[in-house]
Amino acid sequence: MELAEIGIKFALVTIIFAISLVIAMYSTYAERKIAAFFQDRIGPNRAGPWGILQPLADGGKMFLKEEIIPTNASGFLFIVGPSLAIMTACIGSAVIPWGQKLVIGSHVIDLQVADINVGILYIFGVVSLGVYGVMIGGWASNNKYSLLGAIRAASQNISYEISMGLSIIALLLVTGTLSLRQIAEQQHSWHWNIIYQPVGFILFLVCAFAETNRTPFDLPECETELVGGYHTEYSSMKLGFYLFAEYINMFISSAVMVTLYWGAYNYPFMDWMAAHIGTNGAVILGVVLMFAKIFLFIFFFMWVRWTIPRFRYDQLMDLGWKVLIPLAIANIVVTGIVITLINR
Amino acid sequence: MNTFYFIAFLSVFFSILVITAKNPVHSILYLILTFFTFTIHYILLNAQFLAIVNFIVYMGAILVLFLYTLMLMNLNKESEQPKSNLIKIAAVIGGGCFLVTIVASLRALGASSPVVLKDPGLGLVKNLGKTLFNEYLLPFEVSSVLLLSAMVGAVLLATKDPKTT
Repeated sequence: MELAEIGIKFALVTIIFAISLVIAMYSTYAERKIAAFFQDRIGPNRAGPWGILQPLADGGKMFLKEEIIPTNASGFLFIVGPSLAIMTACIGSAVIPWGQKLVIGSHVIDLQVADINVGILYIFGVVSLGVYGVMIGGWASNNKYSLLGAIRAASQNISYEISMGLSIIALLLVTGTLSLRQIAEQQHSWHWNIIYQPVGFILFLVCAFAETNRTPFDLPECETELVGGYHTEYSSMKLGFYLFAEYINMFISSAVMVTLYWGAYNYPFMDWMAAHIGTNGAVILGVVLMFAKIFLFIFFFMWVRWTIPRFRYDQLMDLGWKVLIPLAIANIVVTGIVITLINR
Repeated sequence: MNTFYFIAFLSVFFSILVITAKNPVHSILYLILTFFTFTIHYILLNAQFLAIVNFIVYMGAILVLFLYTLMLMNLNKESEQPKSNLIKIAAVIGGGCFLVTIVASLRALGASSPVVLKDPGLGLVKNLGKTLFNEYLLPFEVSSVLLLSAMVGAVLLATKDPKTT
């Protein structure tokens, strides 16, 4: 690889990291504003105009608070827990195609960090690794509530990973490739996968809520039963990492859903746009629209959080094993039959 | 080749830590690291699919369940009884015999020459799938029946017998 290419990739990685952190920061603000709207309140409005500096104030508070490590906690693992959580949240963005190729002079800039041909499986691996942060942190706290939260997180993630994987299999039958770049290219203009896989998308969406530990599936940190769940003992920035990881996960899973089902950076009449405002303009418009779709999904996550109450634990397991998995298998079978009939 | 030696060293190092760690949860965490080094080995061998499946299935699912079980079992550390000396001696003899057998069989085989694949892209998902579903279809299907029977057995063990309760 040339030096210039490495430089471009490095810049891209830095930009994506910065964007995901800023989005996670302002998601906390958006969440509080949206909650306020749903509950007929005003929400944060003291720091800066419309309270827009609130996330900075919160971040400053997180950094400046006292670090507390409980006496009987296992010290090293207590720190590894939140670090793992934030790390696995951040590395998921590496395979997401953010846009088509930009051409500036002689340079072709690929708006994707790594186009590996097992992209979906990579995302899946990162998701399945995410539970370790919660488990290790919950166990290392040496607190019963934390441990219960950690154990709930583990069984919930394992259960919902299965139906998530099965819903992806039906999508793969349609696309025939594992590379996220190729999946994005197949959905050119309006051929979005949501048209072919509506059931698969709904399954994936429900599982995404469970994997990111968002309400109605936030049982690992269910405060009515478990005090604070797996992060009961955490304070200052280590708690901040856990909360931050949740918002980054939300951003990444929205990006994955947009890439897989909602046409990634594609939009109707994109060829017409490319002919009229130039290729690069159309590419940048695609990136902007992709982020618009992602923001819609993040809003949807928050909308659901302030609308639907939390499930009971046995209801959660029943939904995962007795509803979602059979539905996902039926979806695979129907998709397979339809594809065979069409191709014949 | 240097990368291989470094990763191989890490694999051996972490697997030794797995059996020497006092705390069972620490053992599992070292085992996770060991499996991670295996994933890197697969990538070095250009077996992308195997690498990512090892990552998802072993690191992401099986070891999470291991950890899950151990966290529940490890709640009271003091309850573990010290092993008697007889068991310790028996374990040393058994392990030593196993080591001798393995070393002897490796010596009998001689130094292995590196395997050169006819098709270097065999590990990619597409080629692997074609090979599995064309040449090895029957063994593949039979192994799925094996997994199914294991699953049925597990469900059977987990469900309580309505007559006895």
